[in-house]
Amino acid sequence: MFEIKNLKYKDILDIEELTLAQAVVCFMGPSGSGKTTLLRHLNRLKEPDSGEIFYHNKNIKTINPVELRRKVVMLGQTSVIYEGTIADNLQIGARFAQQTIPDHNAMLRMLELVGLNHTLEEGCYNLSGGEKQRLCMARVMLMEAETYLLDEPSAALDQNTEQFMIQNIVDFSKEKGRQLIMVSHSPQMKKMFPQGIVLLEQGKVREAIL
Amino acid sequence: MNSSIMDLSIYHLVFAYIFVLLLLVLSKIRGIRREKLIIIATVRMSLQLTIMGFVLMFVFKHPSWWLTMLMITIMLAFAIFNAIKRIGLVANKKLKQLMGISMIIGYICSATFFLLVVLKVMPWFNPQYCIPISGMIIGNAMTGIVLGANTLCSEMQAKRTEIENSIMLGATPKVATHKIVNDAFDSAILPTINNMLTMGVVSLPGMMTGQILSGTFPITAIKYQIGIMLAILGCTALTVIIFVTLGYQTFFTPSQTLDEM
Repeated sequence: MFEIKNLKYKDILDIEELTLAQAVVCFMGPSGSGKTTLLRHLNRLKEPDSGEIFYHNKNIKTINPVELRRKVVMLGQTSVIYEGTIADNLQIGARFAQQTIPDHNAMLRMLELVGLNHTLEEGCYNLSGGEKQRLCMARVMLMEAETYLLDEPSAALDQNTEQFMIQNIVDFSKEKGRQLIMVSHSPQMKKMFPQGIVLLEQGKVREAIL
Repeated sequence: MNSSIMDLSIYHLVFAYIFVLLLLVLSKIRGIRREKLIIIATVRMSLQLTIMGFVLMFVFKHPSWWLTMLMITIMLAFAIFNAIKRIGLVANKKLKQLMGISMIIGYICSATFFLLVVLKVMPWFNPQYCIPISGMIIGNAMTGIVLGANTLCSEMQAKRTEIENSIMLGATPKVATHKIVNDAFDSAILPTINNMLTMGVVSLPGMMTGQILSGTFPITAIKYQIGIMLAILGCTALTVIIFVTLGYQTFFTPSQTLDEM
């Protein structure tokens, strides 16, 4: 759970008060409205010029950034694939965060949830853009975090695949008691999550249905 | 074997400049447009070495600890300045400072060990040993650190997205840049190692050639050469490892994320 108070960042963000307590929250709004910048403030990839952000009532400035990022893990906009097989790519997040490495079954189940029909031993060079995005999503979801920040997780996917994957991911994280905070352009998200929409415009919260 | 060198007369030496003329002609004909640089480099090389010859003659005649230290300081300062100039705009200010610090520490540790423990130079400031050996060690460390810094900067730039992604997944900056730091180190010491591979078969190093020409028994010259190669390897490795293991940190903010460039 995040609480944001009087957050200001350059002339990109200006948020007086915002509480993100829902299991699924979706930042929406036009390009350049500050969605990604806001998301990047939540794991201290960006530091505000003024104002405070609290995570479970603790000012995130007082939390070690690396520790925070292990609890609040993020999927970036660009799909980054590391050297090695699909299995290597699925395990690398847990290795970075020094967590238990996911086993064979957990990885297969996650590939199924994101709709990726490949074996674990395959290399990653032949994956399409959409497949790479889903592999990155699976990698992030395999990590033992409390909150997941997802920046445009379905940008490279068609409508059906998007709905399938997002629904599975949401069910999975609800089952595990985790929070999802997403940035999206997709109108479908609004339909899927009518409760939990933050609409940004020119760095301000125009509407929050929470 | 003649134990003393035949003195090279200036008039004969002038003939050697024919190689430069050849290069100038080639550059002109092929339109490489390096004539100016070739002339500047030739003049500087000749002038700097001539001055160094006179300076060394003076220092050898009046050996004193402070003259030796002064000479070494000038060489080190010149090498640091040159290394920073060669890395140019791509490096941040902290990284440039770190280049200087690494070279100073690397030099002091390796030179002290080599001169005082291995060679047991007496007195400790003996300019005949301290100055040329320091020059060789510093020169090689300079080449090494420039290569290392170039690799570090270009890789940090090229792999920015990947590093940031690793950070998002909870990696420490150290883990996220581990491979880049290793690659930078590797690129810095590889030339020295490659040089060692062919040494004695393909190349007879300059220092040894000089010694042999000036009448030193080849085995003695070779012993010195082996020693100096090991000192060069040690100094380059030490300088570069200090530089890369601290250098990657200059790309990160206090909140352990990549600095905006």
